[in-house]
Amino acid sequence: MEPFKRFTGKVLPLNRADVDTDQIIPKQFLKRIEKTGFGEFLFVDWRFTPEGEPKPDFIMNDPAYEGSEILLTGSNFGCGSSREHAPWAIQQAGFRVVIAPSFADIFYNNCLKNGLLPVVLDKGIVNNLSARFEAAPGGALSVDLEGQTITTVEGEAHHFDIDPFSKKCLLEGLDDIALTLQHESKIAAFEEAHTIS
Amino acid sequence: MAPRTLFEKVWDAHVVHQEQGQPAVLYVDCHLVHEVTSPQAFAGLRMAGRKVRRPDLTFATMDHNVPTTDRSLPIVDPISKRQVDTLAENCREFGVTLFDLDSPDQGIVHVIGPELGITQPGKTIVCGDSHTATHGAVGALAIGVGTSEVEHVLATQCLLQSKPKILAVTVNGRCGFGVTAKDIILSIIGRIGVSGGVGHVIEYRGEAIEALSMEERMTVCNMSIEAGARAGMIAPDEVTFAFLEGRRHVPKGKAFQSRVEFWRTLPSDDGAQFDREVVMDAAEIAPQVTWGTNPGMVTDVTGEVPNPRDMDNEADRQAAGRALKYMGLEAGTPIADILIDRVFIGSCTNSRLLDLTEAAKIVKGKKVHSNVGAMVVPGSQSVKRAAEERGLDRIFTEAGFEWRESGCSMCLGMNEDVLNPKERCASTSNRNFEGRQGRDGRTHLVSPAMAAAAAIEGHFVDIREWS
Repeated sequence: MEPFKRFTGKVLPLNRADVDTDQIIPKQFLKRIEKTGFGEFLFVDWRFTPEGEPKPDFIMNDPAYEGSEILLTGSNFGCGSSREHAPWAIQQAGFRVVIAPSFADIFYNNCLKNGLLPVVLDKGIVNNLSARFEAAPGGALSVDLEGQTITTVEGEAHHFDIDPFSKKCLLEGLDDIALTLQHESKIAAFEEAHTIS
Repeated sequence: MAPRTLFEKVWDAHVVHQEQGQPAVLYVDCHLVHEVTSPQAFAGLRMAGRKVRRPDLTFATMDHNVPTTDRSLPIVDPISKRQVDTLAENCREFGVTLFDLDSPDQGIVHVIGPELGITQPGKTIVCGDSHTATHGAVGALAIGVGTSEVEHVLATQCLLQSKPKILAVTVNGRCGFGVTAKDIILSIIGRIGVSGGVGHVIEYRGEAIEALSMEERMTVCNMSIEAGARAGMIAPDEVTFAFLEGRRHVPKGKAFQSRVEFWRTLPSDDGAQFDREVVMDAAEIAPQVTWGTNPGMVTDVTGEVPNPRDMDNEADRQAAGRALKYMGLEAGTPIADILIDRVFIGSCTNSRLLDLTEAAKIVKGKKVHSNVGAMVVPGSQSVKRAAEERGLDRIFTEAGFEWRESGCSMCLGMNEDVLNPKERCASTSNRNFEGRQGRDGRTHLVSPAMAAAAAIEGHFVDIREWS
């Protein structure tokens, strides 16, 4: 995993709640055995007609938002299936951060394991930011994981919480399997004492 | 010791390591694997030169991406075939037991785990699949994970997990005639919402839950994720022990008795504290039908399609408006007036023998409506055999249903079993998301009996008054 560095990036507001992973990446694209090749299919049914033409009314197709690196969206983002293809698709479409009032648990974990930063901000703040980026497309936010802040170009800073372990893994790009295997002797001792029928 | 919940007892017994401010290193007793969420995990092991730590605790099957038609024919889609073949190669290379397409034990991973007795009370169970919660029906802690976590469990037999909160959902009283486990869980999701369980494990309790058979309890726990919960659990009892006794992976004789003694210690102690509690009355639950594009958009069969204007807030109004547009429904339409094109009886929610038996009772001696295409997809080869021994397959086929081979099928439509655009389906599965059963397909979630009756009538009917 690549270490997560602070950056300033363009924002795509997707003002919908309960966006499920079937929308993020539909099932017909889950057949690949690689971790790559998903970006072009992100939100595919919302972005394209069945014939493959871009739908002009879907915000991601507005050229003003091209090159966005921060997805700003509604609560319970990533609900449904556990498919890790969802964060892979988001990341491979160029996003490095997803900001929402809340996330589904499995999706949130899946993001962390891939260096895609999920940021939880208060619903009021998200709605306010979303309205601003819809009114003025192409705006940016700065993301500082070390300082746990999201900052607007006007200098308005919003603190976000993240557990210290995930923060450290993201900042240092750590492999959590290697970290767990540091406890190998404890795992072995546990197995010795533990009954599984 | 302070009174503990079922969840806490299972959790506490599996913490290998815990540091302040860090997730627990939780031991995994059983790891279930399928073809869709595992190839990148095995590839990761290979790249890092790692092994599967406990192949003896790891079981794999092919279910999501497999045809439900003639199994003697090759898989037509080359990309599906590659994924299925990759699982077989990975299992061979890493020494993992595989129930492949030719196995008499093949089936949906969440159907075969309990069937084979791999699923047991007090166990921690992990699978790269959000419906893993199903296994909580026996009193296991069963958590759905993504592919990175699959790789982590393969390599370490442990899962990193922050301790969830516990939500008790108590369903008092008894369900009325025609009201099933599916209606209980849909009405719970309707009540607490699709994010009502986020960060929590749900323990289902109360007389209506205790009265359920093992298979019905699986239906309830299965859809815990649809309320956003990390897992769902039900205390093991005599129903659980009777279900497990004699199954292949369950200890026999004295060893079984000694496991039962242990399992009896698992239910939540009197006075155990839950973080939240929701109480419902089973007698007030009617057969449920979803009208929208998530499982929380649900109402009674006697109700009507809601008007978005009546929703509490702007976000809900917008979501409901979008859902009605997608579903091609008008506000105010009685649910019973909604005409359907397809019926799907299957999925890890409702494809077990009891589900098929309940549907067959409705169908027996009748014909599927001429406007409807209907199919039954048993959850496993074992369910299929048992159903055929009882003649259920003939009841279905004589009525005009297709009788298929086991798999996930049209629950998610990864194989050829999909809805055509704008087709409307009464489905016993778990998700009515946009495009879930096929692009622009329209899914209404219902119980097996409700799906069967809809197949006969061509529209939804209140099963309580239908004959």
